[in-house]
Amino acid sequence: MMNCKQATQLLSEKLDRPLSTKEKVSLGIHTTMCAPCRQFGLQMEELRDISKHYTKGNTGKEK
Amino acid sequence: MIDVNLSSDMNGSSSADIFLDTIFMEDLRSQMIKFAQLQVRDSQLAEDAVQEAMISAYKNIDRFGRKSAFKTWVFSILKNKVIDLLRKEKRHTAASQLEEGSNLTGDELMEVLFKENGHWNKHERPQKWDQPDHGVENDHFWRVFDACLNGLPDKYARFFMMREFLEMDTAEICHNEELTVSNLNVTLYRARLRLRECLEDNWYQKEALT
Repeated sequence: MMNCKQATQLLSEKLDRPLSTKEKVSLGIHTTMCAPCRQFGLQMEELRDISKHYTKGNTGKEK
Repeated sequence: MIDVNLSSDMNGSSSADIFLDTIFMEDLRSQMIKFAQLQVRDSQLAEDAVQEAMISAYKNIDRFGRKSAFKTWVFSILKNKVIDLLRKEKRHTAASQLEEGSNLTGDELMEVLFKENGHWNKHERPQKWDQPDHGVENDHFWRVFDACLNGLPDKYARFFMMREFLEMDTAEICHNEELTVSNLNVTLYRARLRLRECLEDNWYQKEALT
């Protein structure tokens, strides 16, 4: 059974490589039961969006 | 081309006026330098890249009506120049030589965040980030984000920026940096872990308390 440390690492790696089916399944089971890791996964995607805004210059500084 | 959009505080004459806004330009320039220097270790090369990007922008300024478009565009020129440099240059500094820095990052951070059994420590569990689109419109958010980014050890910041800002794929980063994929994955994971923590502590949680 996957722990949070392993789950969070996969949630990060998901942004860098396609996960294997096995990884997806164990991660899916884990996040279904673990709210903090679910939150972490959303925030990883949020970080990516924030970074996109950062380089696209939508930082409100041009106002 | 004349920008007649009066809603902007840069209203009036030509787009080239952007270059006369010294505060905006200084701000932009220092962001660009910081960005380039993290990627290109040779600070002269980094400054040159920023200079060239600025000149290139100046020459083609009439295409740009708005400051935000301008910034996007200058950064995209700079991104390309930096990527070129990274591809061309034999790395001056191997990734392994970079400092990890002393603040909680590597194993120490892991020990704080997770219990021995690998589950979250109770008070370190990620909290819900409210108003996901609230932050990016806010000047103060970007100051916090900058500070968190600056707080990352160089190695983390560098790879994080390559991946997320320059949008290079992992194979290319590994090739340029002579890194293994798993090594890069772990570094990116720890960079994100640290950045997430920093944003939550200094932005999202603070917001929730006010």
